[in-house]
Amino acid sequence: MHYEPVIGLETHAELLTASKLWCGCSIRFGRPPNTQTCPVCLGMPGTLPVLNERALELALRAALALGCRINRPTSFDRKNYYYPDLPKNYQISQNYCNLGEDGRLEIPVNGEVRAVGISNVHLEEDAGKNLHVDYPGADYSLVDLNRAGTPLLEIVTAPDMRAVEEAVSFMQTLRRLLLYTEVSDCKMQEGSLRFEASISMRPAGTNRLGPRVEIKNLNSIKAVTAALEYEVRRQSRLLQDGGEVKQETRLWDEERGRSARMRTKEEAHDYRYFPDPDLLPVAIGDALLDRVRATVPELPLARRERFIAEHGLSDYNASVLTDSKELADYFEGCLQHHEAPESIANWLLNVVLGQINQRDISIREFELGPERLAELVRLMDEGAINQQAARDVMEKMVKTGKTAGALVKELGLEQIGDESDLAPLIEQVIEENPGPVKDYLGGKQAAVGPLVGQVMRLSRGKADPKLANRMLREKLEAMK
Amino acid sequence: MPITPDEVEYVANLARLELTEEEKERFAGQLDAILQYMEKLNELDTSGVEPLVHGIAGRQATRPDRVEESLPRDEALANAPEKSEGCFRVPRIIE
Repeated sequence: MHYEPVIGLETHAELLTASKLWCGCSIRFGRPPNTQTCPVCLGMPGTLPVLNERALELALRAALALGCRINRPTSFDRKNYYYPDLPKNYQISQNYCNLGEDGRLEIPVNGEVRAVGISNVHLEEDAGKNLHVDYPGADYSLVDLNRAGTPLLEIVTAPDMRAVEEAVSFMQTLRRLLLYTEVSDCKMQEGSLRFEASISMRPAGTNRLGPRVEIKNLNSIKAVTAALEYEVRRQSRLLQDGGEVKQETRLWDEERGRSARMRTKEEAHDYRYFPDPDLLPVAIGDALLDRVRATVPELPLARRERFIAEHGLSDYNASVLTDSKELADYFEGCLQHHEAPESIANWLLNVVLGQINQRDISIREFELGPERLAELVRLMDEGAINQQAARDVMEKMVKTGKTAGALVKELGLEQIGDESDLAPLIEQVIEENPGPVKDYLGGKQAAVGPLVGQVMRLSRGKADPKLANRMLREKLEAMK
Repeated sequence: MPITPDEVEYVANLARLELTEEEKERFAGQLDAILQYMEKLNELDTSGVEPLVHGIAGRQATRPDRVEESLPRDEALANAPEKSEGCFRVPRIIE
């Protein structure tokens, strides 16, 4: 029998705030342990949490971008469990009246678009961090509460995904959406984006949901992918051998590439949620909602479609350019100064991206703004300089801060695009390179390539290569 | 359905409370009485009544996203029964 997986994902994204969800402690990463705490996030009795309005706005923006219905008012509940990194023995979360519900995220799967249901989007506080001590014989662990109270957005999908690839596409698409909307920086190595997966298997084509296995400790998209693939194999094998899958929580062991049942006996998800009596419902008025709605940017998939339709870009170019909001903004910024989508796109993808990737900077940190780059591409499109010269000019623009026009003049790089200026060089090259000339005359068309190269060398890169190519061919054809 | 001592034990375990057999019996009776009393509310017809989330009419206060000073670490750790390396020290955690 063939089995198919049924996959759901829970995503935790750290919100881009300066301070914690319920108190003014900083959420800066990498500070010495327990230096960013106060009575509120330490869970001292008698303290009163006060909601960070920025966190609410960011969560609202994400919920709107995911097409959720917004609960107004929304309210907070206590999720009760015991763990050393949870100072209050409960986490302030949402259960009865989530900020957003019933949304969807469209994801690309094998060239088609599929919608994955979003059950809910809610706000909660992060726990602290347990540090495991590996001194021989150490019988204790250490707890750092700097992270306790950090604002988190939890995004819960419906069990809508039917293949590991769909889960991968969902995670990538969601990550891009959170970056686009500037809700989270999604730095996985700092734990700003974390996943939990649940997966069950069922005979393909049936509707029955099998026992669900939850997988924790997934710190990267790669880890989720590997863990899901492992789980598909494990469960399929169990079922094929006539066994049963047990409903349980498993921990992913990245090093060994396998998961194992959690050893701690969790009292299966009995969190005894109840409304937090310290917290009143949170009003979301029309003014707030409208203001936040206005900050939801055009989303990546829609923007990609528009780039194809409006700017005539190829599917590939549109995908790469809309991969980050900064790059897409930069591209459209260039178009305002030089309306040539294709040549701008090509220059960005073939030259600029290579350079910024090599220097490990973002397009935002690139020295040339859209206006200055657009001028360079325009000079090239107008035939004033060729590609190689443009590369040199760009390098000098970065170094000197001068404009493309000024540098072209200064360096004497204006392209030789005039037949009479090029003619003597063509003569010389044909004379000095009898080998390739003989090859060409013998029928080897490709031999014109090295000859064009020689023209470029003699002109110190200033010749228009297309013109040189045409003139060489004409001359050689005449010699036949 | 009356509350059983087993249910009391289950809930006590979730709350990390250790109860004697005698206490489990006694609390089962007491919890049962409380729940029966609450059952009375179900006699009212509440269809069309908005659920009440909180006893106080009002809305949650918010604050601007501004970093304020945290406690000095010594103070943060002052009440910890055990500490080392600037951290709270707890029995070894096994997952």
